[in-house]
Amino acid sequence: MHNMFDTDVQLLKNKVLTAVARHAFEGKLDPVSVMGISKEIIPDGSDPTMRCCIYKERAIIDERVKIAMGGDPEKTAIVQVLPIACDECPVDGMVVTDNCRGCIAHRCINACPRNAITFGANRKAHIDKSLCINCGKCRDACSYSAIIKRTRPCINACKPNALSTDPKTFKAVISENKCISCGQCVYQCPFGAIMDRSFITNAIRILQESENNTKYHVYAVVAPAIASQYDSVPGMSTEKAVTGIKELGFHSVIEAAWGGDMVAYMEAKELVEKGFLTSSCCPAFYNYIHKNYPTIVPDISSNPSPMAQMGKVLKEMDPGCKVVFIGPCIAKKDEQQRRAENVDVVLTFEELQALFDSRDIDISSLPATPLDNASYFGRIFARSGGLVEAVAEALKEHGIPEDQFKADPIVCNGLAECDRALFMKKVGKLENNFIEGMCCEGGCIGGPACINHNPKDAMEVTRYGKTAVEQTIKSAISVLDGFGEEQ
Amino acid sequence: MKVQVCIGSSCHKRGSYQVLKRLKELVSENGLTDKVTVCSAFCLGHCEDGVSVAIDDDVITGIGEGNTEELFRQYILEQL
Repeated sequence: MHNMFDTDVQLLKNKVLTAVARHAFEGKLDPVSVMGISKEIIPDGSDPTMRCCIYKERAIIDERVKIAMGGDPEKTAIVQVLPIACDECPVDGMVVTDNCRGCIAHRCINACPRNAITFGANRKAHIDKSLCINCGKCRDACSYSAIIKRTRPCINACKPNALSTDPKTFKAVISENKCISCGQCVYQCPFGAIMDRSFITNAIRILQESENNTKYHVYAVVAPAIASQYDSVPGMSTEKAVTGIKELGFHSVIEAAWGGDMVAYMEAKELVEKGFLTSSCCPAFYNYIHKNYPTIVPDISSNPSPMAQMGKVLKEMDPGCKVVFIGPCIAKKDEQQRRAENVDVVLTFEELQALFDSRDIDISSLPATPLDNASYFGRIFARSGGLVEAVAEALKEHGIPEDQFKADPIVCNGLAECDRALFMKKVGKLENNFIEGMCCEGGCIGGPACINHNPKDAMEVTRYGKTAVEQTIKSAISVLDGFGEEQ
Repeated sequence: MKVQVCIGSSCHKRGSYQVLKRLKELVSENGLTDKVTVCSAFCLGHCEDGVSVAIDDDVITGIGEGNTEELFRQYILEQL
C-alpha cells in the first residue's frame, strides 16, 4: 500500500490500527495475541528507525495498541498523551542561533520591549530569559533570521490552551477541563505522542454480531468530507470507497450530509424564532462554548448535529439497527460518548482505511456504488461557509421573506475566529445574528483524522455537492417522515 | 398492508423519491390511507435492479415513475 497519508506518524498509526482490526476480525484480542502486535510490526532483527532501540519502539507500539483498542477504561478523555512516546521537545522560547553574525546594527536590541537582549564579549546577541516575554519582535527584526521561537508543536496546535509541559517529567500533559477534543495535537505532534482513543474493535464486534446483517442492520453514515479523501487520489473515488465499506459488512452506506440538509432546514426555523444562534454541528466548537463561554450556551442551536440527526432517522426507520459514523473528526467521538445516543460508534477516515487494509480491500480495484441522498447544501457542510449557505437556502425554502427576517451570519473558520466572534458576543458587540463555528481550519476537510489534507479539498467538496441529484434541501428531505409537506 | 419504497442511494438515483411520492398520492386519492401505509426504507438488497418496493414481505424491483400506477393497481389495489 503506498503512503496515502500526509505523515509517517499516520502511517505508523495505520499499521497499529490495521493490526488491531485484523486481530479483532480473527477473534484474537486476548492479551497474549495482542502483546504480539509490536513484534509483528517491528520483527526481531530490525534496525531501529524511530527511537533509540527496537525495544523502546515496541514498548511505544504496545501503548499505541492499547489506545487503538479503546484505551484505559478509567480514562474517558478521547485525546490522550502517550508519555513514553513524548520526546520532551525543548520549550525554551526565543533562542539566538548560530546564524547570529554579531552585526553592529543591533535591530534586535532596539526591537525588544523588555531590554532582554545584550551583546556579550563574543559580540553575539544574548537573550536574558528572566526578562524575555517571547513576543517575537527580535525575531522579526533580525536581518539574518538568527532568532527563532522554539515551542512545542503540540502546544502551538492547541488553540484552547489545554496543553502544557509537566514541570517534573517534561512530558506533554492535557488539561481535561480545557481540552475540547478537537484532535489538532494528534495530527501535529511530530512524534505521534498524542492519540485519539479508537473504537474500531467495537465497530468490528457490531459487524460480526449482526451475522451479515441478519440479526440487525449496520449502517455506515459517512461525512461529506469524504469527497476530499478518495476523490483526490488517482484510481480511487468516493463511490469506490462506498463499495469498500459495504464489503466490510455494512448493510448500507448513508450520507451524513442528508442529516445536514435536515439540520439546515430546522436550524433556519430556530434562527427566526430565537433571533440569534450559534451552530451546533461542530462538536469541538460546541465544547469550546461550554468550557469558555457558558453565558452563550443557551444560544447554541438545539438541533442535533448532522451525524446525530441521521442516526435518529435511521433508528426510527429501522428499529434495532446499529449506526457507525465515519468522518474526519476526533471530537465526534466525544459527542458520541456524551450525547449522541443514536450513534453506536464513531470511526475516523484513518480508521476506515485501517479497516480496508485489515481486510486487504484495495479501493482502486473496486467498482463504484452510488452515494446520493443529500442535496448540494447538505454536502457543503464539510467546508467552511457551507452551513451558512445552507441555512440561507433553507430560509428561502421556508418562504421567509427578507423583510421579515434577514440572516446576518459570520463564518468562523478555525478556532481563533470562533473565539473572536464568541468574545464579541459575550461583551455585546457582535452585530451578526448567526455564528457558524468550525474548529478546524477550512471546516471538516481540515479535520485531524483525515487521511490527507490538500489545498484543493474545498473545491472537491463543492464539486461533490454539485453532483447531487436533489437540487433543494426540501426535495432531499421531503421523503422522510416529519419533513414532508410544510410542517 | 405495508408498502416500503427503498430510498437508498441506488434507488434514489433511479427516481425512488418520485415513486414514493406518487404511491402516497395514489393511496390517498383512492381513500386507502387507513389500509395501506406507505413509507421509506433503506436498501432492500436489490441495488442493481431499478427501484425496489417491498409490499409486506415481497420485494418488487424495476419500478420507475412510468410503472408506479401499474404497481399500485396490480400489487396494492388487487391484493387488498
